[in-house]
Amino acid sequence: MRSLLGQIGHGAPPSLAAGSEPLPSWQEILQTLGFQRGFNTTTVMLGTTLLGIAAGIIGCYALLRKRSLMADALSHATLPGIALAFMISAAIGIEGKSMAILLIGAAVTGVLGVVTIQAIHRHPRVREDAAIGIVLSVFFGAGIVLLSVVQSMSTGSQGGLSRFIYGQTASMLTADAVLMSVITLVAIISAVLLLKEFALVSFNEGFARVTGWPVTFIDLLMMSLIVLVTVAGLQAVGLILVVAMLIIPAAAARFWTDRLRWLVVIAAIIGGLSGYLGAAVSALLPRKPAGAVIVLCAGAVFLASMLLAPRRGMLAQGFQRAHLKWKIARDHLLEQLHERGAAGEAVVGHEEIRRVMRMRGWSGLRTGLFGRALAFQGWLSSKSDGLRLTDRGREQGGRVARNHALWEQYLVSHADIAPSHVDWSVDKVEHVLSDELIEELERALDGRGAVQGAAL
Amino acid sequence: MNAGLHRFLELDLLPMLAGALAALTCGLLGNFLILRRLSLMGDAISHSVLPGLVIAFIITGTRDPIVMLLGAGFSGVATVVLVEVIRRYGRVDPGAAMGVTFSVLFALGVFLIEQAARQVDLDADCVLHGQPEHLGWTVPSDFGELFTPATLAAVPRQIWILLMMAMVTLVFIAMLFKELRIVSFDPQLATTQGVHAGVMHYMLMVLVAAATVASFEAVGSILVIAMLICPGVTARLLTDRLGSQLGVSAIVAIVAAVGGYWLGALGPSLVGFDTSVSAAGSMAVLAGVIFGLALLFAPRHGVMQQVRRQRQLATRVLIEDLIVTLKRAEDAGDTSVEQGQLAVVLRDAGTASRAIELAMREDLVLRAGESVSLSELGRERADGVLRAHRQWQSYLIEEAGYRPDHAHETAERLEHVDPKPGD
Repeated sequence: MRSLLGQIGHGAPPSLAAGSEPLPSWQEILQTLGFQRGFNTTTVMLGTTLLGIAAGIIGCYALLRKRSLMADALSHATLPGIALAFMISAAIGIEGKSMAILLIGAAVTGVLGVVTIQAIHRHPRVREDAAIGIVLSVFFGAGIVLLSVVQSMSTGSQGGLSRFIYGQTASMLTADAVLMSVITLVAIISAVLLLKEFALVSFNEGFARVTGWPVTFIDLLMMSLIVLVTVAGLQAVGLILVVAMLIIPAAAARFWTDRLRWLVVIAAIIGGLSGYLGAAVSALLPRKPAGAVIVLCAGAVFLASMLLAPRRGMLAQGFQRAHLKWKIARDHLLEQLHERGAAGEAVVGHEEIRRVMRMRGWSGLRTGLFGRALAFQGWLSSKSDGLRLTDRGREQGGRVARNHALWEQYLVSHADIAPSHVDWSVDKVEHVLSDELIEELERALDGRGAVQGAAL
Repeated sequence: MNAGLHRFLELDLLPMLAGALAALTCGLLGNFLILRRLSLMGDAISHSVLPGLVIAFIITGTRDPIVMLLGAGFSGVATVVLVEVIRRYGRVDPGAAMGVTFSVLFALGVFLIEQAARQVDLDADCVLHGQPEHLGWTVPSDFGELFTPATLAAVPRQIWILLMMAMVTLVFIAMLFKELRIVSFDPQLATTQGVHAGVMHYMLMVLVAAATVASFEAVGSILVIAMLICPGVTARLLTDRLGSQLGVSAIVAIVAAVGGYWLGALGPSLVGFDTSVSAAGSMAVLAGVIFGLALLFAPRHGVMQQVRRQRQLATRVLIEDLIVTLKRAEDAGDTSVEQGQLAVVLRDAGTASRAIELAMREDLVLRAGESVSLSELGRERADGVLRAHRQWQSYLIEEAGYRPDHAHETAERLEHVDPKPGD
């Protein structure tokens, strides 16, 4: 960090303008997107796409089992394994850059990290989040120590190890990309084949155990798939960001559906698309690290999903809430007009309605605006001397007054709430009573309801 | 001043001090994170500080420490708010919300660094690793001049920032200890007592972000994460009171930092290598090792102690089963029982002879050849156990609603429980 700050100072302030860099032509873009840009680029893009798909699918299970951050600890715990594998292979004279050996080392300490979390977590005084944090930081610390040892070794080829931390598609060889693709394909196929078992264990572990499924074994399989994806992603995305590939597509897909099958499909699409676009951008433009671009793509999809998804999205939810608020306010005004105006027949004076609504905390301005809005929608007509309900408004006002009375009567007679305390809570519930519930209330209260309610 | 001391002051003192101050600050704050199950918030914040640094630099074009601190502090707070927004409005699992936030922000940081790297040579590595060993101090050779303004001015500003941060943390905890305690254990109660849990939460988070920023410049963010969690959890294993937990965590943090530095600097030469290894890494590892030792050997909550207690209980159950069997035989008219018969009741011959061995050691039974009988002491003990058994049985039937034919087995297990408190 000291050197980071030290180095920032050199030269002129940086500019983000890409002006001096030649933008790729349309032809190049199309070539890249169509997998036509040299064998190496194509294999790398194919690899990251597959990685995205696999991470998306397996991330769903990690999300449902609330293992998102366990995966983070796992990926951090791969660092000492990579360094150790490098040291061992250098010591016995194998070419230290052999990808398979490094990845095996990564997998070994990654699994060791997860096992350690489970072991520490069994102690009642160490909660899971603390166990994850301890393993993450201590294993990564050990990795840094080992890396500093590697750096002081006399072999020349250690330079590439830090690429596992941030990922670097540019330095991937075709063979590495093929290895990554094979690992992710294995993960995808197993995840799809084990869909039913994983769903069972994710949603109802107790039931699965009782009905005789080997829950621990299935759990272990799930964990090993997470390990596979993590290890496969090390080179392309780096160990800090590979967890994003697992978490983000699944979390984004969750906004769009409530069904596991669709969740898996959507997460796979989001993950695959991010992997594909990230690698393409990084191949087309200079200095665009693929790992970061992939994660940013996925993050953009997450943001869009969180805002825009129907039903679960923030906009949809905000709209729903606003709609409900509007309906409640409308009902309150209509109810008051219905009561004051002799069951809605008579005109209620402007002053009078303002006074009544002020008791509910409405400002005079608000009452006036709502009156005008409701008149526009045809619930009431605004005369010079006051407001008068239309037929439609009278009907709705009467219905709300009746719901109010019914629910109030129910609370007093069946829920043992004192009559003097009932009115306030009824005000909230009266708007959300369904037609069936109203019928049931009428039957239960046997017509006694409307009498007392009319007094309010 | 001798050469060794001079060397120590010039090369080793400041890195050690930086590590110890950062560890102290993070270790103390970590206690409150752990109690509220927010351990990983420190992890999230320390990752997402990166884009704040880079953006602050891109906007202002300077690397003024104040600007850097502001940028990082801002992104720290932004992380907390974003996690909360995603968790609450997106209804996402808190772990996943943290994961999404910090990984996207970290990716943004890596991306921006690459863009700025044309003019400046940035390296995200140092953010994670930290290199406290590069903190040097030019020290005059005369002891008397050690505390002159000129010498102190040569102390790098990271040390001063860390010192300030440690002071702020200490003052914060000392002044708001009562409030922090109540919010950590029972936020609802805190609210009814007029302590705003939300305000306390954000104050703590801002402080964690500030501590992260102040620390990682000198020691790297991985050490920040380690120190936020390890000392606090270690202290929780060693003590049951928040006050002493804070004290123990501070000691653990400082020991881990100072000891970790020595191990990193001198450890390799002890085993015959001519280099030193990453100090931040070895501090984190030592913190983990101390935690592991506490987990195994803590006096009350350690694993070994639990195993020992379990074994003691198993021994007692075995002895009591033996003497109760003998007592029942006695009541039926047999003053002594053959060892072979006991083997049937107590699972197998080996267990039976071990039980007899243990009971004889406590003078509870007498052995004559193959036949075993109760001593006076043993008879008394057996009476006590049988009484406990009957009392439990009638309690279970009368008060707990057990069916009479089901109560025996539960009573069989409860009769061994020592009613003494604290066991």
